[in-house]
Amino acid sequence: MPYPRHATVSFVVVTSVYLDSATAAPLHPVARQALLAALDDGWADPAKLYSQARRARQLLDAARAATAEVLGVRPDEISFTSSGTAAAHAAVLGGLAGHRRAGDTLVHSAIEHSAVLYAAQWHTAAGGRAVSVPVDRLGRLDLEAWSAAVSAPGVGLASLISASHEVGTVQPVAAAAAACAEAGVPLYVDAAQSIPHTPAQELAGWSTLSASAHKWGGPPGVGLLVVRKGTRWTPPYPHDEREAGRAPGAPNLPAIVAAAAALRAVAADAAVESARLSALVDRIRAAVPATVPDVEMVGDPVARLPHLVTFSCLYVDGEALLHALDRRGFAVSSGSSCTSSTLRPSHVLEAMGVLSHGNVRVSLHRDTTEAEVKRFLAELPGVVADLRAEAGVVGL
Amino acid sequence: MTVNDTEQPDEVLDCLGQRCPLPVIALARRLPQLPVGAVVRVLADDPAAAVDIPAWCRMRGQEFLGVTTVDGSPGYTVRRTG
Repeated sequence: MPYPRHATVSFVVVTSVYLDSATAAPLHPVARQALLAALDDGWADPAKLYSQARRARQLLDAARAATAEVLGVRPDEISFTSSGTAAAHAAVLGGLAGHRRAGDTLVHSAIEHSAVLYAAQWHTAAGGRAVSVPVDRLGRLDLEAWSAAVSAPGVGLASLISASHEVGTVQPVAAAAAACAEAGVPLYVDAAQSIPHTPAQELAGWSTLSASAHKWGGPPGVGLLVVRKGTRWTPPYPHDEREAGRAPGAPNLPAIVAAAAALRAVAADAAVESARLSALVDRIRAAVPATVPDVEMVGDPVARLPHLVTFSCLYVDGEALLHALDRRGFAVSSGSSCTSSTLRPSHVLEAMGVLSHGNVRVSLHRDTTEAEVKRFLAELPGVVADLRAEAGVVGL
Repeated sequence: MTVNDTEQPDEVLDCLGQRCPLPVIALARRLPQLPVGAVVRVLADDPAAAVDIPAWCRMRGQEFLGVTTVDGSPGYTVRRTG
């Protein structure tokens, strides 16, 4: 017994409000159903030649066809990977390996996901080159610098995140793709935050694309690597026949089936749902600077993801802020250095030149209600004020 | 960015070993106590200071003069303009 028999133990009931869908969205109910069904039906190896395997293969083919339909691509252009990170690594390193003859330079934005930046580091450690293209204070790609970088000699691949996962700023993918096309350089787009909010068809001009199922309500452990027909892509790892030779190892079929089911479900409501979440984000963007002194709203207020908003509170420790919000039931993320394992501020905030301490990222999802957002907005000013009072920085 | 060598600070705030936001707080406490035109150098080895000190200057309308290396550590130089 953890407590003495006669002790009075009081609990404060805190309703939990999950506001970190940009890390992982809660599992969609359709995904849960599909996952449970596929655990019974889709455990066999789809590559084998007996009836259980045929059933598994049918499920895999159906998942691929459904995913292809939502993305507006051919089924055979899609490979399911073990995560969005694995897909990003494969897109960068396989794209560079496929275009080795064109050159060994990777051009990327300064605000790519760390998966892309670590792949770039891997590439440079092996003797390749990488060029980082800056963004402005709102986190928008410097298109002139991008065009100059991709048209320089020796570029094998260009990599652009469709919208910043940390600040929500949507990137000019079409214009960046046009610059790549003119230079004859293939473009890889990391669309992890945009799908399903932005139809993949709107992200025109890419040669390879990656996404991650747990951002849209699928289970973790499923990524998408899409390689358009006619794009040269060479596996950056030993050969394996699965997934068109692009993702080694037995696919996690039940999770893939669930991911595809969730994608189809969220894509069907995407327009309505994005408008609803965008209105809630507008409300946060208006209320936070009006009710919390000395806050810097971060990212483009207009050209932004519908579900994500980021701000920084002057003089506040980001880790203390996350813990204080967590005690009140709010789960949010932060780009502040004290919240990262490396103790460095987010490279995205750094590239934008915006305040990095006291940073909070709020990302909404299909279960987020107006009441939850209202409660967050009602409690945030007090949380920040208390932390500033504790630190003795009021009035600075 | 580097500071003009002739720009000697009127005061140096040693925030070495302090985590952000402490160096920014030290600057925010001290700068208003100095006359307009005074130059302060903040020594801070937390990498976040490189982002946060210029951002604070922008938000508070103070002039960020640049970063220089003092005994192997970054020093961020700021002039009080208002």
